[in-house]
Amino acid sequence: MLENVDLSVVDWSRAQFALTAIYHWFFVPLTLGLAFIVAIMESIYVKTGREEWKRITKFWMTLFGINFAIGVATGIILEFEFGTNWSNYSWFVGDIFGAPLAIEGIMAFFLESTFIAVMFFGWNKVSKKFHLASSWLVAFGANLSALWILVANGWMQYPAGMHFNPDTARNEMNSFWEVLFSPMAIHKFLHTITSGYVLASVFVLGVSAWFLLKKRNIIFAKKSMVIAGVFGLLSAVFLAVTGDGSAYTVAQKQPMKLAAMEGLYQGKEGVGLIAIGMTTPGKKYNDNKDEYVFKIEIPKMLSLLGYRDANAFVPGIKDLVDGNSQYGILSANEKIKRGKIAINTLREYKEAKMANDTAKMAVSGRNFDKKTPEGKAFLENNFRYFGYGYLNNPEQVIPNIPLTFYSFHIMVILGFFFIALFAMVLFFIYKRNIENIKWILWTALLSIPLAYLASQAGWIVAEIGRQPWVIQDIMPTVAAVSRIDSASVQITFWLFAVIFTTLLIAEIKIMLRQIKIGPKDGGLN
Amino acid sequence: MFESLSLLTLQQYWWIIVSLLGSLLVFLMFVQGGQTLIYTLGKTEIQRTMLVNVLGRKWEFTFTTLVTFGGAFFASFPLFYSTSFGGAYWVWMAILLCFVIQAIAYEFRSKPNNFLGHKAYEIFLFINGALGTILVGTAVGTFFTGSMFSVNKMNLTDLTSGKLPVISAWEGPAHGLEAVLNFQNVALGLVVFFLARILGILYFMNTVEQSEIFTRAKKQLLINTVPFLVFFLYFVGSLLLSDGFAVDPTTKVVSMEAFKYLHNLLEMPVVLILFLIGVILVLFGVLKSIFKTATNGIWFAGTGTVFTVLALLLIAGFNNTAYYPSTFDLQHSLTIENSSSSIFTLTAMSYVSLLVPFVLAYIFYAWKSINNKKITEDEMNEDIHVY
Repeated sequence: MLENVDLSVVDWSRAQFALTAIYHWFFVPLTLGLAFIVAIMESIYVKTGREEWKRITKFWMTLFGINFAIGVATGIILEFEFGTNWSNYSWFVGDIFGAPLAIEGIMAFFLESTFIAVMFFGWNKVSKKFHLASSWLVAFGANLSALWILVANGWMQYPAGMHFNPDTARNEMNSFWEVLFSPMAIHKFLHTITSGYVLASVFVLGVSAWFLLKKRNIIFAKKSMVIAGVFGLLSAVFLAVTGDGSAYTVAQKQPMKLAAMEGLYQGKEGVGLIAIGMTTPGKKYNDNKDEYVFKIEIPKMLSLLGYRDANAFVPGIKDLVDGNSQYGILSANEKIKRGKIAINTLREYKEAKMANDTAKMAVSGRNFDKKTPEGKAFLENNFRYFGYGYLNNPEQVIPNIPLTFYSFHIMVILGFFFIALFAMVLFFIYKRNIENIKWILWTALLSIPLAYLASQAGWIVAEIGRQPWVIQDIMPTVAAVSRIDSASVQITFWLFAVIFTTLLIAEIKIMLRQIKIGPKDGGLN
Repeated sequence: MFESLSLLTLQQYWWIIVSLLGSLLVFLMFVQGGQTLIYTLGKTEIQRTMLVNVLGRKWEFTFTTLVTFGGAFFASFPLFYSTSFGGAYWVWMAILLCFVIQAIAYEFRSKPNNFLGHKAYEIFLFINGALGTILVGTAVGTFFTGSMFSVNKMNLTDLTSGKLPVISAWEGPAHGLEAVLNFQNVALGLVVFFLARILGILYFMNTVEQSEIFTRAKKQLLINTVPFLVFFLYFVGSLLLSDGFAVDPTTKVVSMEAFKYLHNLLEMPVVLILFLIGVILVLFGVLKSIFKTATNGIWFAGTGTVFTVLALLLIAGFNNTAYYPSTFDLQHSLTIENSSSSIFTLTAMSYVSLLVPFVLAYIFYAWKSINNKKITEDEMNEDIHVY
């Protein structure tokens, strides 16, 4: 059993990865969206030839550049942390997970880094059209890089296109296309990049609103708002659609995460969706306390969204821990038992191989060959629960419920709020003089931190909600870490915390000053 | 196309690609080398700004190559990724920190209200240039000298010993920092450091239109070439004369073999020729720039750097050699055969590698478009994106 293991290294490694990912995600969504907004603005400049659009483009491009640099800085750490802090993971699934990372570098990063140089330094050196193409290629490259890393993340949430090789003691890819086009990966990619578009649009709206509140650069601000409003509205609607797709996939592949998102302890048929609610503090999965202190619920909606059937059964946390024979759900205890059998079978095979005992190898080896009847049964009944074998008690399969629940609801509520915000801004731009309507300007400005909050909340749902798994059902965090002392990880955690925070402060200060300076040459008053 | 290749051929193909990325990375470290010379070559603020901007237009190539090198290594040789990164924790973390502070330094340096002041960002660039190169070189040095680690896949099934079920473990308390105790590793670190400075100088001579900087650069070229040659000759000499980590092609047993790396060079004449041409090109690029008023030395020295580093990495992994040797237990050493991805992944990735020439082509085109005019003082005062 792993119960005597010092788990602090797991906690600190998780904390360090979370810290890096959170900081990284402060910068990436703005890059994803602003790259397109800038490219659209420059397209208008090239099409119309009007210098004001060039100045607008250059202003937002400056902010893009400041933000891009720090995103790069935090990104490199994430890539290498898979090795430094999650070394066992890197071996166990490196055969599958490494490929998207490498493709990201070859396909996307070079595209970004090559053409970003043209974008910033090529104004007087290349033709207008080449420059415009460079801006679009940067936007395309940034989003392409998101594709590959999100495919990798999607694969961790729903491992597909692979088989286990007992000789190498790792999972190996057998279908590149299944990895790339897994529904989890597709939804994750679309939902995540559109969240970036929404955040960037809110950012542009908010900053533009500040100019209007200050009664300066009115034309610049209103033109920027139009672009951001239209781009944001379209993106926000699409975000809701992809959000539905994401939740549906989660319901199919990660039922515990769905239960945590909704704070659903007791499964039932025809479950409603909690629009607003508060979970009962200190509730255990098996006590008799109410699930919610209060809730406003949309009847049957969770069943409908999760299973496309208003009366479908949605398993709750208790069903997933204790099992529910009526609906064919195994208990976590049973899965742990089966997982341990899988691990021990692998051990037998490896021992036989080391002892060169070919007869024994052939017997246990059949378990890993899906073409044999033993293999079919073993892979279906035992190996799919391999990761459970590392757990000590069934409650370990429950993620942090309040954190997942509130993050999910904050994200969803804000998502709908942004649709309303974009619609209102566009309405007031076209129907009235938005520069005189202070409340909408203040709302747009104050929405900037809300966009960041929603964006971070989304990742908290995705990553906290899937605990304890690094790879769903196959590898828990405890089996994925590197064998290093937790003191080392603590030191690097605090080092990163200080550095990232310092850099964030620097970035915000620089951004604020650049915004205050405004578009160069004034002009757009 | 790639499906017809054997696993060993694919492993060799990927070792060549990873080695090529590594050698391109060392060439592109002219950015790092240049960063350590900003105050040596730039005596006025405008001169320093010119130097920073020359490098600032290229730093992302180095950075991207480093990231791609890491990604490609992960995809093709995941056991190295898990063993080295998870074990030599402190070395890799130190390298990472050096690169993190570089990534923001260019963009933030000259921006108003930048919190730390422009000097701080220049110090970041210096640290990245000096420590980054030395550490990368030192870490690569362990490819030839070995490290204290173990790899045991049985650990994955260990549920009883009270230890984490981790395959790779570092068998020493310093987690990679012990590499600096081996002078051969440090010598390679210093080789990379001085080489990066030489390449940085040559790049400045090629790109900056400023006579004072050019004169100082020429002087510095000589000053940096001497220690470079001393450490390079020491490293290559000790490498060729030292025992190496040989793998029996049949039994896969690893053992020490006298003059292994010398044997590798002699047994792989193509690599030997590559190595010699590389060294000659580096020296030619440097000497031409010292003794003539040439500005194109960077292209000779750069190409030579790629050839030389490629040859060194090839003798580390080819010809039945363990490229990441374990001095804790020789049989735990990593070879291109026992640490690679599966044949399926290597094949799939090989198709992706066909994009590389296309990537190189657009980099060349964009590079040419931006570098078609030298950087001048006037340009620093124009309304462009200035670092």
